[in-house]
Amino acid sequence: MAVDKNINVLIVDDYKTMLRIVRNLLKQLGFNNVDEATDGSMALQMLRVGSYGLIISDWNMEPMTGLQLLREVRADPKVKDTPFIMVTAESKSENVIAAKEAGVSNYIVKPFNAETLKTKMVSVLGEF
Amino acid sequence: MAGTTMDQDLALRLDAIRTEYGDTVRIEDLGDVVHALLGSMGGDISAADLKLYHELSSLADYIHSARAEIAALRPDEIRSDFIPTATDELDAIVGATEQATNCILDAAEKLEGLAPVLEPEIAERLTEVTTSIYESCNFQDLTGQRITKVVRMLKAIEERIDTMIQVFGAEMAPAAEAQPKGPVTDEDLLNGPQLPDNATNQAEIDRLLASFD
Repeated sequence: MAVDKNINVLIVDDYKTMLRIVRNLLKQLGFNNVDEATDGSMALQMLRVGSYGLIISDWNMEPMTGLQLLREVRADPKVKDTPFIMVTAESKSENVIAAKEAGVSNYIVKPFNAETLKTKMVSVLGEF
Repeated sequence: MAGTTMDQDLALRLDAIRTEYGDTVRIEDLGDVVHALLGSMGGDISAADLKLYHELSSLADYIHSARAEIAALRPDEIRSDFIPTATDELDAIVGATEQATNCILDAAEKLEGLAPVLEPEIAERLTEVTTSIYESCNFQDLTGQRITKVVRMLKAIEERIDTMIQVFGAEMAPAAEAQPKGPVTDEDLLNGPQLPDNATNQAEIDRLLASFD
Protein backbone atom coordinates (compact mmCIF):
# COMPACT_ATOMS: atom_id res chain seq x y z
CA MET A 1 0.00 0.00 0.00
CA ALA A 2 1.36 3.39 -0.98
CA VAL A 3 2.27 5.78 1.77
CA ASP A 4 -0.20 8.59 2.36
CA LYS A 5 1.77 11.73 1.64
CA ASN A 6 -0.90 13.77 3.42
CA ILE A 7 0.38 12.69 6.84
CA ASN A 8 1.45 15.45 9.18
CA VAL A 9 5.20 15.60 9.65
CA LEU A 10 6.74 17.33 12.68
CA ILE A 11 10.28 18.59 12.20
CA VAL A 12 12.29 19.67 15.25
CA ASP A 13 15.49 21.69 15.11
CA ASP A 14 16.86 24.75 16.93
CA TYR A 15 18.37 26.10 13.69
CA LYS A 16 15.67 27.86 11.70
CA THR A 17 17.64 27.39 8.48
CA MET A 18 17.63 23.61 9.04
CA LEU A 19 13.86 23.65 9.56
CA ARG A 20 13.54 25.51 6.30
CA ILE A 21 15.85 23.11 4.44
CA VAL A 22 14.07 19.98 5.70
CA ARG A 23 10.66 21.52 4.97
CA ASN A 24 11.71 22.29 1.38
CA LEU A 25 13.15 18.80 0.86
CA LEU A 26 9.94 17.23 2.24
CA LYS A 27 7.91 19.41 -0.11
CA GLN A 28 9.97 18.14 -3.05
CA LEU A 29 9.20 14.60 -1.89
CA GLY A 30 5.49 15.45 -1.89
CA PHE A 31 4.96 15.92 1.85
CA ASN A 32 3.33 19.32 2.28
CA ASN A 33 1.80 19.06 5.76
CA VAL A 34 4.80 20.04 7.83
CA ASP A 35 4.89 21.64 11.28
CA GLU A 36 7.99 22.96 13.03
CA ALA A 37 9.26 23.01 16.62
CA THR A 38 12.51 24.52 17.87
CA ASP A 39 13.19 22.11 20.75
CA GLY A 40 11.95 18.90 22.33
CA SER A 41 9.56 20.42 24.84
CA MET A 42 7.79 22.48 22.17
CA ALA A 43 7.55 19.36 20.00
CA LEU A 44 6.09 17.35 22.86
CA GLN A 45 3.34 19.92 23.41
CA MET A 46 2.51 19.86 19.70
CA LEU A 47 2.47 16.05 19.64
CA ARG A 48 0.03 15.93 22.55
CA VAL A 49 -2.53 18.14 20.81
CA GLY A 50 -1.92 17.22 17.18
CA SER A 51 -1.74 14.07 15.11
CA TYR A 52 1.55 13.29 13.39
CA GLY A 53 2.61 10.43 11.13
CA LEU A 54 6.34 11.16 11.33
CA ILE A 55 8.79 13.03 13.57
CA ILE A 56 12.13 14.22 12.17
CA SER A 57 14.24 15.62 14.99
CA ASP A 58 17.66 17.08 15.65
CA TRP A 59 19.46 15.84 18.79
CA ASN A 60 21.41 18.80 20.18
CA MET A 61 18.79 21.29 21.40
CA GLU A 62 17.93 23.11 24.61
CA PRO A 63 16.14 22.83 26.96
CA MET A 64 14.93 19.40 25.79
CA THR A 65 17.22 17.39 23.51
CA GLY A 66 16.10 15.13 20.70
CA LEU A 67 17.00 12.04 22.76
CA GLN A 68 14.86 13.23 25.67
CA LEU A 69 12.04 13.94 23.23
CA LEU A 70 12.39 10.43 21.80
CA ARG A 71 12.17 8.89 25.29
CA GLU A 72 9.11 11.01 26.13
CA VAL A 73 7.45 10.01 22.88
CA ARG A 74 8.08 6.31 23.43
CA ALA A 75 6.73 6.58 26.99
CA ASP A 76 3.49 8.30 25.97
CA PRO A 77 0.74 5.81 25.01
CA LYS A 78 -0.88 8.36 22.68
CA VAL A 79 2.15 8.90 20.45
CA LYS A 80 4.50 6.01 21.30
CA ASP A 81 4.21 4.37 17.87
CA THR A 82 4.98 7.50 15.85
CA PRO A 83 7.98 6.89 13.54
CA PHE A 84 10.94 8.95 14.74
CA ILE A 85 13.97 9.81 12.57
CA MET A 86 16.92 11.46 14.30
CA VAL A 87 18.80 13.90 12.05
CA THR A 88 21.97 15.03 13.81
CA ALA A 89 25.65 15.89 13.66
CA GLU A 90 26.20 13.53 16.63
CA SER A 91 27.85 10.66 14.79
CA LYS A 92 29.63 8.68 17.50
CA SER A 93 28.61 5.05 17.77
CA GLU A 94 27.54 5.55 21.39
CA ASN A 95 25.05 8.18 20.22
CA VAL A 96 23.56 5.83 17.65
CA ILE A 97 23.37 3.04 20.25
CA ALA A 98 21.70 5.35 22.81
CA ALA A 99 19.16 6.47 20.20
CA LYS A 100 18.48 2.89 19.13
CA GLU A 101 18.00 1.81 22.74
CA ALA A 102 15.56 4.69 23.22
CA GLY A 103 13.55 3.44 20.25
CA VAL A 104 14.63 5.57 17.28
CA SER A 105 13.22 4.39 13.94
CA ASN A 106 16.17 5.59 11.87
CA TYR A 107 19.19 7.85 12.11
CA ILE A 108 20.60 10.40 9.64
CA VAL A 109 23.98 12.09 10.12
CA LYS A 110 24.37 15.73 9.09
CA PRO A 111 25.28 16.88 6.53
CA PHE A 112 22.82 14.77 4.59
CA ASN A 113 21.37 14.84 1.09
CA ALA A 114 17.83 14.51 -0.22
CA GLU A 115 18.42 10.94 -1.35
CA THR A 116 19.42 9.85 2.19
CA LEU A 117 16.36 11.55 3.64
CA LYS A 118 14.12 9.78 1.14
CA THR A 119 15.77 6.37 1.72
CA LYS A 120 15.36 6.65 5.49
CA MET A 121 11.75 7.81 5.17
CA VAL A 122 10.99 4.85 2.89
CA SER A 123 12.56 2.47 5.42
CA VAL A 124 10.32 3.89 8.13
CA LEU A 125 7.08 4.61 6.27
CA GLY A 126 7.27 2.26 3.27
CA GLU A 127 7.59 3.00 -0.45
CA PHE A 128 6.25 6.29 -1.79
CA MET B 1 73.62 10.33 63.24
CA ALA B 2 74.01 13.44 61.09
CA GLY B 3 70.77 12.68 59.20
CA THR B 4 68.78 12.39 62.42
CA THR B 5 70.27 15.63 63.77
CA MET B 6 69.39 17.43 60.55
CA ASP B 7 65.84 16.06 60.65
CA GLN B 8 65.42 17.35 64.22
CA ASP B 9 66.79 20.78 63.27
CA LEU B 10 64.57 20.89 60.22
CA ALA B 11 61.56 19.88 62.30
CA LEU B 12 62.24 22.75 64.71
CA ARG B 13 62.59 25.22 61.84
CA LEU B 14 59.42 23.99 60.21
CA ASP B 15 57.56 24.33 63.52
CA ALA B 16 58.69 27.95 63.72
CA ILE B 17 57.46 28.57 60.15
CA ARG B 18 54.15 26.81 60.87
CA THR B 19 53.65 29.11 63.86
CA GLU B 20 54.15 32.15 61.62
CA TYR B 21 52.34 31.05 58.42
CA GLY B 22 49.95 28.28 59.52
CA ASP B 23 49.55 24.90 57.77
CA THR B 24 48.65 26.31 54.36
CA VAL B 25 51.04 28.52 52.45
CA ARG B 26 49.85 30.61 49.54
CA ILE B 27 52.03 30.33 46.43
CA GLU B 28 52.83 34.03 46.61
CA ASP B 29 54.15 33.51 50.20
CA LEU B 30 56.24 30.48 49.28
CA GLY B 31 59.36 32.47 48.39
CA ASP B 32 59.26 34.21 51.81
CA VAL B 33 58.80 30.88 53.57
CA VAL B 34 61.83 29.41 51.80
CA HIS B 35 63.91 32.44 52.72
CA ALA B 36 62.70 32.22 56.35
CA LEU B 37 63.79 28.59 56.44
CA LEU B 38 67.18 29.40 54.99
CA GLY B 39 67.58 32.38 57.30
CA SER B 40 67.11 30.16 60.34
CA MET B 41 70.18 28.10 59.44
CA GLY B 42 72.80 29.72 61.62
CA GLY B 43 76.01 28.28 63.07
CA ASP B 44 77.89 25.33 61.68
CA ILE B 45 76.39 24.00 58.49
CA SER B 46 76.93 20.39 57.54
CA ALA B 47 77.28 19.13 53.94
CA ALA B 48 73.71 17.87 54.09
CA ASP B 49 72.49 21.28 55.30
CA LEU B 50 74.38 22.96 52.49
CA LYS B 51 72.82 20.66 49.90
CA LEU B 52 69.40 21.40 51.32
CA TYR B 53 70.19 25.11 51.27
CA HIS B 54 71.09 24.99 47.57
CA GLU B 55 68.01 22.99 46.68
CA LEU B 56 65.70 25.37 48.51
CA SER B 57 67.46 28.36 47.02
CA SER B 58 66.99 26.92 43.51
CA LEU B 59 63.34 26.25 44.29
CA ALA B 60 62.82 29.86 45.43
CA ASP B 61 64.49 31.17 42.25
CA TYR B 62 62.34 28.88 40.13
CA ILE B 63 59.13 30.05 41.81
CA HIS B 64 60.05 33.73 41.40
CA SER B 65 60.92 33.19 37.76
CA ALA B 66 57.71 31.24 37.04
CA ARG B 67 55.59 33.96 38.66
CA ALA B 68 57.32 36.64 36.59
CA GLU B 69 56.76 34.67 33.38
CA ILE B 70 53.07 34.09 34.12
CA ALA B 71 52.57 37.76 35.01
CA ALA B 72 54.23 38.71 31.71
CA LEU B 73 51.54 36.72 29.87
CA ARG B 74 49.03 39.27 31.20
CA PRO B 75 46.32 36.77 32.19
CA ASP B 76 44.06 39.71 33.13
CA GLU B 77 44.22 40.97 29.54
CA ILE B 78 43.43 37.50 28.16
CA ARG B 79 40.38 37.34 30.41
CA SER B 80 39.12 40.91 30.00
CA ASP B 81 39.95 41.56 26.35
CA PHE B 82 41.06 38.67 24.16
CA ILE B 83 38.46 36.07 25.12
CA PRO B 84 35.40 38.38 24.97
CA THR B 85 36.60 39.75 21.61
CA ALA B 86 37.09 36.23 20.23
CA THR B 87 33.61 35.23 21.45
CA ASP B 88 32.02 38.31 19.83
CA GLU B 89 33.78 37.59 16.54
CA LEU B 90 32.56 33.99 16.58
CA ASP B 91 28.99 35.10 17.33
CA ALA B 92 29.24 37.49 14.39
CA ILE B 93 30.30 34.60 12.12
CA VAL B 94 27.22 32.61 13.17
CA GLY B 95 24.97 35.62 12.52
CA ALA B 96 26.51 36.40 9.14
CA THR B 97 26.38 32.80 7.88
CA GLU B 98 22.77 32.47 9.01
CA GLN B 99 21.84 35.65 7.17
CA ALA B 100 23.67 34.53 4.03
CA THR B 101 22.08 31.07 4.18
CA ASN B 102 18.62 32.60 4.40
CA CYS B 103 19.36 34.77 1.35
CA ILE B 104 20.49 31.69 -0.59
CA LEU B 105 17.35 29.80 0.49
CA ASP B 106 15.15 32.77 -0.52
CA ALA B 107 16.67 32.69 -4.00
CA ALA B 108 16.38 28.90 -4.28
CA GLU B 109 12.72 28.97 -3.26
CA LYS B 110 12.00 31.65 -5.87
CA LEU B 111 13.73 29.52 -8.50
CA GLU B 112 11.73 26.47 -7.46
CA GLY B 113 8.55 28.55 -7.72
CA LEU B 114 9.24 28.95 -11.46
CA ALA B 115 9.12 25.18 -12.09
CA PRO B 116 5.32 24.92 -12.70
CA VAL B 117 5.48 27.36 -15.63
CA LEU B 118 8.46 25.71 -17.33
CA GLU B 119 8.76 22.78 -19.74
CA PRO B 120 8.69 19.51 -17.72
CA GLU B 121 12.30 18.64 -18.60
CA ILE B 122 13.59 22.06 -17.58
CA ALA B 123 11.41 22.07 -14.48
CA GLU B 124 12.88 18.73 -13.42
CA ARG B 125 16.41 20.01 -13.94
CA LEU B 126 15.57 23.16 -11.97
CA THR B 127 14.25 21.07 -9.09
CA GLU B 128 17.47 19.04 -9.06
CA VAL B 129 19.49 22.23 -8.85
CA THR B 130 17.39 23.67 -6.01
CA THR B 131 17.62 20.34 -4.14
CA SER B 132 21.37 20.59 -4.41
CA ILE B 133 21.26 24.14 -3.03
CA TYR B 134 19.12 23.03 -0.07
CA GLU B 135 21.52 20.17 0.67
CA SER B 136 24.52 22.48 0.53
CA CYS B 137 22.94 24.87 3.02
CA ASN B 138 23.39 22.18 5.69
CA PHE B 139 26.75 23.81 6.32
CA GLN B 140 25.22 26.62 8.36
CA ASP B 141 23.93 24.30 11.05
CA LEU B 142 27.22 22.42 11.27
CA THR B 143 29.46 25.51 11.36
CA GLY B 144 27.13 27.00 13.96
CA GLN B 145 27.44 23.94 16.18
CA ARG B 146 31.23 23.86 15.80
CA ILE B 147 31.51 27.54 16.69
CA THR B 148 29.27 27.06 19.73
CA LYS B 149 31.67 24.31 20.82
CA VAL B 150 34.67 26.66 20.45
CA VAL B 151 32.88 29.38 22.46
CA ARG B 152 32.30 26.83 25.25
CA MET B 153 36.03 25.98 25.22
CA LEU B 154 36.94 29.68 25.44
CA LYS B 155 34.66 30.04 28.46
CA ALA B 156 36.42 27.06 30.09
CA ILE B 157 39.81 28.72 29.45
CA GLU B 158 38.47 31.94 30.97
CA GLU B 159 37.42 30.09 34.14
CA ARG B 160 40.86 28.48 34.45
CA ILE B 161 42.57 31.84 34.06
CA ASP B 162 40.32 33.20 36.83
CA THR B 163 41.44 30.34 39.06
CA MET B 164 45.10 30.99 38.22
CA ILE B 165 44.76 34.68 39.06
CA GLN B 166 43.18 33.78 42.41
CA VAL B 167 45.94 31.27 43.24
CA PHE B 168 48.82 33.53 42.25
CA GLY B 169 47.42 36.63 43.88
CA ALA B 170 46.43 40.12 42.88
CA GLU B 171 49.80 40.97 41.39
CA MET B 172 48.92 38.66 38.48
CA ALA B 173 46.16 41.05 37.47
CA PRO B 174 47.89 44.40 37.19
CA ALA B 175 45.94 47.36 35.97
CA ALA B 176 46.56 47.95 32.30
CA GLU B 177 49.58 50.11 31.92
CA ALA B 178 49.03 53.10 29.72
CA GLN B 179 51.13 52.48 26.65
CA PRO B 180 52.45 55.58 24.97
CA LYS B 181 50.66 55.88 21.66
CA GLY B 182 52.95 56.13 18.68
CA PRO B 183 51.99 57.08 15.15
CA VAL B 184 49.48 54.76 13.44
CA THR B 185 51.31 52.11 11.42
CA ASP B 186 50.11 50.14 8.41
CA GLU B 187 49.79 47.13 10.73
CA ASP B 188 47.48 49.08 13.07
CA LEU B 189 45.10 49.51 10.14
CA LEU B 190 44.67 45.76 9.59
CA ASN B 191 41.65 45.07 11.81
CA GLY B 192 39.55 42.90 9.50
CA PRO B 193 35.76 43.11 9.34
CA GLN B 194 34.13 45.07 12.15
CA LEU B 195 31.45 43.61 14.39
CA PRO B 196 27.97 44.76 13.34
CA ASP B 197 27.60 47.14 16.32
CA ASN B 198 30.96 48.81 15.62
CA ALA B 199 30.86 48.79 11.84
CA THR B 200 30.83 51.98 9.83
CA ASN B 201 28.19 51.82 7.11
CA GLN B 202 28.57 53.05 3.55
CA ALA B 203 26.58 56.26 4.21
CA GLU B 204 28.90 57.17 7.10
CA ILE B 205 31.94 56.47 4.93
CA ASP B 206 30.51 58.63 2.15
CA ARG B 207 29.92 61.45 4.64
CA LEU B 208 33.48 61.10 5.91
CA LEU B 209 34.87 61.22 2.38
CA ALA B 210 32.71 64.23 1.57
CA SER B 211 34.09 66.02 4.63
CA PHE B 212 37.49 66.14 2.88
CA ASP B 213 36.05 68.10 -0.06
